[in-house]
Amino acid sequence: MPKLPAARSPLAMHLALALTFGFMPAALLPVLAAAAAPASAPVTVKIDNFVFGPAAITVAPGTTVTWVNEDDIPHNIVADDKSFRSKVLDTDEKFSFTFTKPGEYGYFCGLHPHMTGKVIVKAG
Amino acid sequence: MDHHDHSGPKAGADRRGFLKCMGGWAGAGALYSVSGGVMSSIGLDQAIGAPAKAASFTFLQVSDSHVGFNKPANPDAAATYKEAVGKILALPKKPDFIIHTGDITQLSKDQEFDDADQIIKATRLPVFHVPGEHDMLDEGQGKAYLGRFGKGTQGQGWYSFDHKGVHFVGLINVANLKPGGMGSLGGDQLEWLERDLAHRPASQPIVVFAHIPLWTVYADWGWGTDDAAQALSYLKRFGSVTVLNGHIHQITQKVEGNVAFHTARSTAFPQPVGGQGPSPGPLKVPTEQLHSMLGITTASVVHGKHDIALVDDTLA
Repeated sequence: MPKLPAARSPLAMHLALALTFGFMPAALLPVLAAAAAPASAPVTVKIDNFVFGPAAITVAPGTTVTWVNEDDIPHNIVADDKSFRSKVLDTDEKFSFTFTKPGEYGYFCGLHPHMTGKVIVKAG
Repeated sequence: MDHHDHSGPKAGADRRGFLKCMGGWAGAGALYSVSGGVMSSIGLDQAIGAPAKAASFTFLQVSDSHVGFNKPANPDAAATYKEAVGKILALPKKPDFIIHTGDITQLSKDQEFDDADQIIKATRLPVFHVPGEHDMLDEGQGKAYLGRFGKGTQGQGWYSFDHKGVHFVGLINVANLKPGGMGSLGGDQLEWLERDLAHRPASQPIVVFAHIPLWTVYADWGWGTDDAAQALSYLKRFGSVTVLNGHIHQITQKVEGNVAFHTARSTAFPQPVGGQGPSPGPLKVPTEQLHSMLGITTASVVHGKHDIALVDDTLA
């Protein structure tokens, strides 16, 4: 699971620069959004028996979604459009991503691509 | 045939070592350039009237060693991989080489690759690899694997070679997987395969190996390869095609025309029969049963015969 950087870390400086110039690398989005005021309570998706549960969730913009792998086999989380990708998650490991923009985000497991899920982000 | 000592630090366990070793008697280039099927040393044997049997040989398939796996289904996958090596050393006939059909490691960690290498090296046999999805989990999504085993390969690591008249093709179907899909070969690899096979005589035996099955064993669990039909269309004209896969940790076989499909047992842990369990995850069995569900496969090639005989042995 990605750790939030300490304020003095180079990543934070990189973020500040990114903000200044309006440039947001996709990989930094979760960190950025987490730093801003969250819009709604975090949501957890469990990976159990090679299934994302719930497979489809609807959340408000700004919601942080956390996936936790409860299988004995590693999995990862990859956006269909590659806009986010977790590192490999071994048993009990987690990955979080904050969805800032409304839209439909399909994702799958990069190891077992028959495992698919969807995050629908919409206001109100 | 002259057997070289395979005990060197590198030569025992990798493909480069094999080529180097083979080069000693056949010329390394011949491994790749011979398209008529028979390598020079065999041609000589035949010229002096040696029986056709002289060209027969065996090779092994090991699969899904998952070195690093330590969960309840097998708390020490490295130990059972070592037991498989013990089994190999005890074989009555020394095989020419080993094919490992992937999931060498559990998580693609350097230490896991190192440990796996040390274990298989004890066989003092050349080992040909293809990666499983568990070997693509480094930051570079397969760069660690390629760094170790990719020399002389194409694309994500595919390659072919000839041995005693048989053409061997190692394919990669665990890279660039698509959402909702199964295994995937991809356009570049398929084009390469078509070229690789194009000028070979239909009488040459072909062995294709890849991690995920090249036929659909159970689609709901992703046990198949989306574009395998294209690859198999290039193989149709050959009289003897053997397809060796792993991934599903159990033996399945099917014969379709001249193509014999076979999946091998894992050396680490069993998995349920497709659909007969909650998921394709590790199958937990009583400790005393585990070894009877792990194993290795011996392939016997008899020159002049079309079929390659496969025998599966357990670690029990």
